[in-house]
Amino acid sequence: MAPQDVIKERSMILQKEMIEGLFNDLEKAHETGKKVCYTFVPGNLSELIRTFDMLPVYPEINALQSAMRKKSAAYIKEAERHAHSEDVCTYVKCDVGMLMKGNIGPTGQKLPPPDILLLSYTGCFTFMKWFETLKREYPNAEVVMIHTPYQEGGKMTPEMINYMVKQMHEEVIPKMERVSGVKYDENKLKKILEFSKEAEDWITKIFETPKHKPSPIDAYFAGVYYIGPINIGFRGTPEAVEYYKELYSEIQERIRLGLGPVTPEGEMKEEKFRLVVEGPPNWTSFREFWKIFYDMGAVIVASSYTKVGGVYDLGWRHDPEKPLQSLAEYCMNCYTNLNIPQRIDLLTKCIEEYQADGYVTNSIKSCNSFSAGQLAMMREIEDKLEIPVGFIESDLVDPRYFSYSNIKNRLESYFQMLSQRKMMEAEEAH
Amino acid sequence: MKKYYLGIDLGSTTSKAVIVNETDEIVGRGITNTRANYKVAADIAREQAIYDARFNLIEKKMKESIADMPEFKTYMKDLRSVFQYCQFRRRMDSLADMLIKTASESTHPEKDTIVERLRAIIAVIRPQMRHEFIHEGLGSKNQFFRDIVSEKYNSEVGKMEPKFYEPLMLAFDKSITPIENEMVEYNFKDLVLEAMDILEEKYKGLADMQEDGSKEDWYYSEMNAMKNQYKKIGHTLHSHIEEIADEEIYIAKMVGTGYGRALLPFPEDCIKSEILCHAFGAHAVFPNTRTVLDIGGQDTKAIQVDKYGLVTSFHMNDRCAAGCGRYLGYIADEFGLSLNELGPEANKAKKETTICSTCTVFAGAEIKELLHNGEQKPDILAGLHKSIVQRAMSLIARSGGVKNEFTFTGGVARNEAVLKYVKQMVIDSYGEVTMNIHTDSIFMGALGGAMFARRNISADLPQGTMVRETGGEVS
Repeated sequence: MAPQDVIKERSMILQKEMIEGLFNDLEKAHETGKKVCYTFVPGNLSELIRTFDMLPVYPEINALQSAMRKKSAAYIKEAERHAHSEDVCTYVKCDVGMLMKGNIGPTGQKLPPPDILLLSYTGCFTFMKWFETLKREYPNAEVVMIHTPYQEGGKMTPEMINYMVKQMHEEVIPKMERVSGVKYDENKLKKILEFSKEAEDWITKIFETPKHKPSPIDAYFAGVYYIGPINIGFRGTPEAVEYYKELYSEIQERIRLGLGPVTPEGEMKEEKFRLVVEGPPNWTSFREFWKIFYDMGAVIVASSYTKVGGVYDLGWRHDPEKPLQSLAEYCMNCYTNLNIPQRIDLLTKCIEEYQADGYVTNSIKSCNSFSAGQLAMMREIEDKLEIPVGFIESDLVDPRYFSYSNIKNRLESYFQMLSQRKMMEAEEAH
Repeated sequence: MKKYYLGIDLGSTTSKAVIVNETDEIVGRGITNTRANYKVAADIAREQAIYDARFNLIEKKMKESIADMPEFKTYMKDLRSVFQYCQFRRRMDSLADMLIKTASESTHPEKDTIVERLRAIIAVIRPQMRHEFIHEGLGSKNQFFRDIVSEKYNSEVGKMEPKFYEPLMLAFDKSITPIENEMVEYNFKDLVLEAMDILEEKYKGLADMQEDGSKEDWYYSEMNAMKNQYKKIGHTLHSHIEEIADEEIYIAKMVGTGYGRALLPFPEDCIKSEILCHAFGAHAVFPNTRTVLDIGGQDTKAIQVDKYGLVTSFHMNDRCAAGCGRYLGYIADEFGLSLNELGPEANKAKKETTICSTCTVFAGAEIKELLHNGEQKPDILAGLHKSIVQRAMSLIARSGGVKNEFTFTGGVARNEAVLKYVKQMVIDSYGEVTMNIHTDSIFMGALGGAMFARRNISADLPQGTMVRETGGEVS
């Protein structure tokens, strides 16, 4: 076995151990007396959850993991049997179906019921209805909602920050204290935030590596694995920092060796196209979906989806010196809470700085909040940068909404369009 | 040796082939219905394009004669139709044998009677076909073997005792597909000469004078000229036929496109997306085109192109094929009309009935309800056509709107009601823009493919590769 393969595995092992550990802890929560907090990835307050020694459960992560393990179809069917409409977000139906079928999580272990449902509202209205549904199923769970002002004006104002901090003082912290039985300790939060900041530095460095040619990583298909620890409750832990350090050094080694991204079928041989992708991936046919790209030599050098758990590219970090303010800023600064011009600017920056050949939108059928504005963003980016844009449609976790041939047809056409353009540009350059 | 380039557009309903020369000039076009065996469909379309190319080359050589004497033009038109008949006749022979065989092998208690009925049907439809090809120009009506034969066969079955309806239809269904999927070998020269002999009979038998006024005057005057000239024309033609039939149509490179492109036995780098091909073809015919709408059998595409004919962005329907050719086919079946009758019938409408369901399946139910509520057939059809175009307009909007000039391509562009609504809605939404609709709009994808073959496919096909019209193999 080549040395780089051994190194490559270490970060994967670390991640595996972290996730297994979390699910083991969740399974034993009842015995250990740990309280459980269900929450969502965008604008997640995982540091606060950790301050109160609670364990996090992310329903949308469970849904996507169920989809990757081919379990989502049955869960969605179950939810539909319980009168959830066909048009509802499929993350919701997958989660509700899983609950109906005994709340067995993606690892096969039973998930504990929530003691608290913590909703940080960052642009997805469905999250509220989702927790309303869960509240009916878990009447004993406390519900706490923090309202995050939308960045409609394109910037966070001191009033907005104060408004959120006030909610934390008056609503979130008292309820978390009551549920957990743990007193709020700001110094503890500060220490956790130091690790958050460090992990954020590392993940930023990692997602900057695709600026190299060839890109050593795929910042979308592999990127979704990389964001795992930072998004699902490990931000603020030394383990996450170690994982990202390790991953970064593996990637540096790939750069040193001039290697391209690792795909499920081994190393990608030739980097033909560099793309930026907007929108979540399809989880039910994740491998097939990815294969269409790597078979064509297409590498995703940046994606908006890997920023749903936090936008760190522009320099923002959690600040241990201003703990609650920085939690407030974090929520407001997450991708889904940015207004459309901010998202366009962010994507434009990615396309330019990562020297992408094109920009592809994967529009999600059942996700209104992510899909809204995508076409307008695409048009504007196309006009501004004069780059070829591609548009495909799939779904998050409903296998019925993934049409392989349709997506392949569109992507093939798009890649041929890119190579045509490259050929033309090369001719003109002569 | 002259080099030619072939583009094959293997659509879900029809397969098209276009051959271009080294200056992108179209030298031959071929079309057939897409069958169960995609390769055969592609081979037949290609072979038709090669025959067409040979006819075009003959006509080119006879340019002066044709210009001086219009009867040459009539003769060539007739010759093409009868040439097609000769191909059809061979296929009909095979179908007749297959029908008899299928019926004879059935377990039906009255199979002998069924065979007898089949023989009777064949005896009637064969001369019908012959007559229509030779005297009524059936060959120029763009109908395929299956369509022509099934129409005549069904009509004859309708005249038989009802108890034989099912077994006779079953025999047809079982026999037509294998026959259609059979690659029949033809020799161009033999077939042309055979067609000329048949034409000789036709012209010999022409009436000297107009009989009952049922035909236009020109028909008889031209035909009378033919009566006196056909030997001279035939004589002039012979030397050209010898020359052209022996000329190798050397296909230097080829590109496959369309719905079934992945199934074509072409090297991977000779397969191109139909989106790019349609845009490139449309742009070649109308160089100022910036927006292309292509409505084919299974999908609708709104494509934006730049000044080079390269695609800058596109949108296409997702999963649902409502509004495409197949949807129209379904609607035609619902109303018991042929596809060609749909547009003209819709254009008779006094108003447009609102149709909610663009879904192919639900539209059927909605049509029945509307008819039940007293809505008129043309009004419902007008509403259906309008809803199809509304869907297409939504795709155009998503792709960036209509930019001058706008070109409408694909098989559905032949439907005059769709065309009417497209023109109307484009003007309503985007103002007066130049709109291009070519009579050959269905061939745009194949044309684009052929043009790509000439330009972009750097990998030459394996040594000695050429397309022969006999055998149908890419060897």
